[in-house]
Amino acid sequence: MSERENILGRIREALQFDAPLPGSHGHATTDHAVAESPASHAREWLPSVSTDIGEQFALFAKNAADLKADFQLFASRDDLKAALVKISATEKWQRIASHEGELSNFASQSLGLPTLLTDHGYDVQAMERCDAAITECDALVAQTGGVVVTSRSTGGRALSVLPPHHVVIARRDQLVADLPSAFALLQRRYAPDYPSMISFITGPSRTGDIERILVLGAHGPKKLTILCC
Amino acid sequence: MSTFVSEFKTAATRVTGDARQRQFIRTALGNYEIARDKRKASFQSWESARQAAAETKWQAINHLDTHLESLVAKLEARGTKVHWASNATQAREIILKIVTDKKARSIIKSKAMTSEEIHLNDALEHAGFTVAESDLGEFIVQLRHEPPYHIVFPSMHLTRDQIRDLFQKELGDAPSNSPEDLTMVARRVMRQKYIEADIGFTGGNFAIAETGMISITENEGNARLTAALPKTMITLLGIEKVLPRFSDLALFLPMLATAGAGQPMTCYNTMYSGPRQPGECDGPEEWHVVLLDNRRTELLADPEQRDALHCIRCGACLNVCPIFRNVGGHTYGTTYSGPVGSVITPHLRGLQDWKHLSNASSLCGACTEACPVKIDLHHHLLHNRRNASMSEPSFFEKLAYKIFGMVANEPVFWSLAKKIGWLTQPLQRAVKGSALDPAKAWTKTRDLPTQPLESFKDWWRNRK
Amino acid sequence: MTVTLFIPCFIDALYPRAGISMVEILERLGHTVICPEKIACCGQPPFNSGYWDEARTIAAPVLEQLKDAEAIVIGSGSCGAMVKKFYPELFAKTPHAELAKQVASRTWEFSDFLVNKLGVTDLGAKFPHKVTYHDGCHGLRELGIKTSPRVLLGKVGGLQLVEMKDEICCGFGGTFSAKFPMISTAMGEVKCNNAVETGADYIVSGDSSCLMHIQGLLSRQGKPIKTISLAEVLNHQ
Repeated sequence: MSERENILGRIREALQFDAPLPGSHGHATTDHAVAESPASHAREWLPSVSTDIGEQFALFAKNAADLKADFQLFASRDDLKAALVKISATEKWQRIASHEGELSNFASQSLGLPTLLTDHGYDVQAMERCDAAITECDALVAQTGGVVVTSRSTGGRALSVLPPHHVVIARRDQLVADLPSAFALLQRRYAPDYPSMISFITGPSRTGDIERILVLGAHGPKKLTILCC
Repeated sequence: MSTFVSEFKTAATRVTGDARQRQFIRTALGNYEIARDKRKASFQSWESARQAAAETKWQAINHLDTHLESLVAKLEARGTKVHWASNATQAREIILKIVTDKKARSIIKSKAMTSEEIHLNDALEHAGFTVAESDLGEFIVQLRHEPPYHIVFPSMHLTRDQIRDLFQKELGDAPSNSPEDLTMVARRVMRQKYIEADIGFTGGNFAIAETGMISITENEGNARLTAALPKTMITLLGIEKVLPRFSDLALFLPMLATAGAGQPMTCYNTMYSGPRQPGECDGPEEWHVVLLDNRRTELLADPEQRDALHCIRCGACLNVCPIFRNVGGHTYGTTYSGPVGSVITPHLRGLQDWKHLSNASSLCGACTEACPVKIDLHHHLLHNRRNASMSEPSFFEKLAYKIFGMVANEPVFWSLAKKIGWLTQPLQRAVKGSALDPAKAWTKTRDLPTQPLESFKDWWRNRK
Repeated sequence: MTVTLFIPCFIDALYPRAGISMVEILERLGHTVICPEKIACCGQPPFNSGYWDEARTIAAPVLEQLKDAEAIVIGSGSCGAMVKKFYPELFAKTPHAELAKQVASRTWEFSDFLVNKLGVTDLGAKFPHKVTYHDGCHGLRELGIKTSPRVLLGKVGGLQLVEMKDEICCGFGGTFSAKFPMISTAMGEVKCNNAVETGADYIVSGDSSCLMHIQGLLSRQGKPIKTISLAEVLNHQ
């Protein structure tokens, strides 16, 4: 018998006996059934998010600021481009990395810098020498101030985590209210053939492992910039 | 009696005598509580969220076979190699075989408590492989050759000065004692290790049955790099990490962050559904997922304590436990410390050898109150005590309670006992604190109350 | 009504004034108080140590004595929790199972009884001191008692209540205090420091067993802050 069968066999044998229902603390209540999908009402219990788009952007902006991520909302692409060029000059970028995409191409090409594109494979040491990564995203999440990326839509697994500065170029219509919406979006978009990596990025990389003092840029990017138009 | 008890008591005595360390730990965990309370208050209903999380985990564990089958089928369909390990020995063998077959020259590791549980690093190093811990806290304790202090905050017991001295000694690189500078040292050290490693090793926080994914939660980005760059990725996780649905993560990720660290969301929450897929530009060519039993099925077979398998390893119970705060994580002498460790270790490592962890508690219940998935933690400590006493009662303790029972139930004996207690008070005062003092455990640090001549029952009787 | 008052073993032997205060308060409110003579202990010590047979030997006569009681009031959060929360579990699947549930449903901790059953908050007491309140863990977390003691103290003449900064266990834990004395003491020291920091003259609690441990530490360390049971404060003129 394989270990798989051993383990599954032990599980089945163990589960012959019922365990008390949750929250009953040993005083099993038979009149309380567990719902089909208990977490499906999560939206009612997680921090509230307004249905108004303007307020959602304000919430995203506040959360991003709390996370020390730099979020800027623009009226036009030209404004976004100007801001990106300014960041590049201030940060003195010499080389950047990015992926093919309508928005990401627009952004990376506007800088006129040597650009490593990941889509058809790349040299990791070359990416390590890049000052910044410019990616698109799958969604912005108002409730958390976070960004959703995947290995299929935003240039692979390493692009959004290896270079020291991650810049996300997003469209206004990519803002979703909350985490349940983000997961629903991913399921609609990809199921059953998901990208091999989906990541919820909530702020620049951080650690509190030394005396619980917050330090940014532990291993992932020290800076996260989100430009949206 | 196991040596583990005396080691526990020795360590507990040392740490409880170290006022500086206790204060340091209490300050850290006090700050955690402030942050956590703020986050909990931001929920529309933390209690409803807890109940839903508890029910979701109940579903997951009470249909564990079905969920594991779904998880594995979906993982394998996309090219993941899934291995099943009944115990630590098998898990180590599986992993050693993979790294040997790959002729691995360097292994980079992100945080995985299951790897501590099976003593993986020792096994790999013994077989000649070098293992680099990439999580900052794990990196630090690896340099000190000690286990993690806390399941979420491995190096919380160390001051910045201690870390600076450590880096100076072991790395020759410690520009200052600022957390920022020290973190950048670790970042520099890790950089090339990520790029050059041939094996990336991770743990897993959740295993999603519906979609065949492993979800990994972290703040630093080291797990993301570990899962992105090396050609072979190995993930080890306990079979109990299952969640039924992808959408369940929308509830569990913020709850894990809130309860575990007082954060609204941990920085990187990443779901992996396979090795590099066709059309993807990077990622491991091979992904091995090792599912670990290691006596979890025994805990599963105990319906009374089965909910201990609901644990999402957030560490909230450790953070609020007054025992943990005063003895620290290393005193427990085992991988899983704090209340959840005190509940499950007797099951995973032997009741008689480890029952003392369940005994070393005042049963205050702060853990049960803090648990985001409503595990009945402090009651299970009682259950472990009952199980231990039933299978191997202590002759003298049992006898003492029998005698106590006879005395308590018989008014004449009870009255007599009180009289004797009152009369022997001068004797007790004479031997107080000395080797002759039967109440030495108390009187070493505390005064005994003075027993009055007239008890309540005396007063009640005299009224009539 | 007729109130059956179950006085815990340590109050009987060591802190009778707490029990006397409870009797006087209830009688002043016009109730008839019965204190069953035959029972001395709820059985928690063997229960907490895992010796449930021995605990049942002690607790079964308690159930028998309380069988016909109209209302059972227990002068301690920890014994109250034993009867109300743990007796049903202790006696599950035994002939006493139903009786245990019955008795549990008619049992109250003292402050809970006054405020939530009798609806009484002002006992006409006077205690012109600054006090802080220690919530015994069993009462707090098993029985949910947090507001009733504070409501009662709020009506005591001249009393000023200041809260300690943390809601944490004092470290008594019954036999834990003797089995793991170094941890028990460390926890108690934190509690004592928190109490002293409030600047209060007294630590008040509905659990005299906690106070025994706290007072033991305070006396040994020569700290001036004193301990007193909730019942004595509420009976104070």
